[in-house]
Amino acid sequence: MIPAAFDYVRADSADQAISLLQQHGDDAKLLAGGHSLIPLMKYRLASPAVIVDIGRLSDLSYVKEDGANLRIGALTRHRDLEINPLLKQHAPLLSNAASHVGDPQVRHRGTIGGSLSHGDPASDLPAVAIALGATLVIKGANGTREVSSDDFFQGFLETALAPDELLTEIVVPKMNGAKWSFQKFNRRAMDWAIVGCAVVVDGNKAGVGLVNMDSRPIRASAVEAAIAGGANASDAAASADAGTEPPADLNASVEYRRHLAKVLVRRALEEAGK
Amino acid sequence: MQVSMKINGATVSHDVEPRTLLVHFIRENAGLTGTNIGCDSSSCGACTIHINGESVKSCTVFAVQADGADILTIEGLADGEKLHPMQQAFHECHALQCGYCTPGMVMASVSLLREVPNPTEREVRIGLEGNLCRCTGYHNIVKAVLQAAGQGGGQ
Repeated sequence: MIPAAFDYVRADSADQAISLLQQHGDDAKLLAGGHSLIPLMKYRLASPAVIVDIGRLSDLSYVKEDGANLRIGALTRHRDLEINPLLKQHAPLLSNAASHVGDPQVRHRGTIGGSLSHGDPASDLPAVAIALGATLVIKGANGTREVSSDDFFQGFLETALAPDELLTEIVVPKMNGAKWSFQKFNRRAMDWAIVGCAVVVDGNKAGVGLVNMDSRPIRASAVEAAIAGGANASDAAASADAGTEPPADLNASVEYRRHLAKVLVRRALEEAGK
Repeated sequence: MQVSMKINGATVSHDVEPRTLLVHFIRENAGLTGTNIGCDSSSCGACTIHINGESVKSCTVFAVQADGADILTIEGLADGEKLHPMQQAFHECHALQCGYCTPGMVMASVSLLREVPNPTEREVRIGLEGNLCRCTGYHNIVKAVLQAAGQGGGQ
């Protein structure tokens, strides 16, 4: 499968990437690791006229400690998330979930910023960003702004990013020993989750993000409220599908996804000590 | 546009369209047809090669992204007539049936041992999750990777 023809520009800096986006508007797409965008282009579901390659902006690949937070460069690859010692220590949910993305070859290319910017409800890392209460740092021509992960994912493959903005950094609060679990249910090892969930539990405070349960990555607020109210794992998980509109596809019906969400959230809460 | 990369130690330069996939650059421009195209959608792993020492599915990379990179394909593994330890282990364990997935399996396995030098059987199975064998010859493939682990299979 060959993508439609496009013009290719390699950006040497984030600022240059943004000015190229401004110049080309909706016709341009950013290319990082390419493991979400290139398949879409090969299926001709996306045919950008201009590709702005940001894959070489190595200054956007890092994990840094910053007080109570970790700051993660948007171009940090899944493989680097998986093995990073700071993440293993302070955000083990994220490094574990990164090890479940695709397969080793995909993780050698794909980036956290690319995954979040793609906004696919079936991707693993958006649910983790929601569960952890991550903040996304977005750079545009007029400076940077911060958006919470709850406000970032707006619809199917739609995010708060304007066409001329670049996601540069993900800020994740340290988990401080909070318990966690990442559950992913799929048919083949490297597939997307049919349903998945990311859970972090600190006493009666829970963060629960759902994979593939709506048109966008979504928070299971009813489960969080139940945990805050003292519910046990299975009572809280009974409302895992509340307020969701799961898709139906070849893998699963709406009803099956609702059932899976309850089972997986219960398992996750139990694994996280509830 | 002009793209230049090192493939198995030799510099290969060609003027290609930006949409040229790396696997096509390797097969058609460099003439190295050992790298197979299977699913063409980053599922099967038949097109696995190394970019700068790490396994990658070359059907999901544009050649322009690999401009300046160091590429290793199945043809670059052996030392002359001497098979690479991973190839030798695949040979000895009969880790192939039809052979179509084999170049990708071997390249993924070498990369796996580089990251996990002494894997358990389960780590091998998980580490090869990105490679499909439609003859379902996985058992002997796993055996070969475990055998190669003690014999420099990740070098």
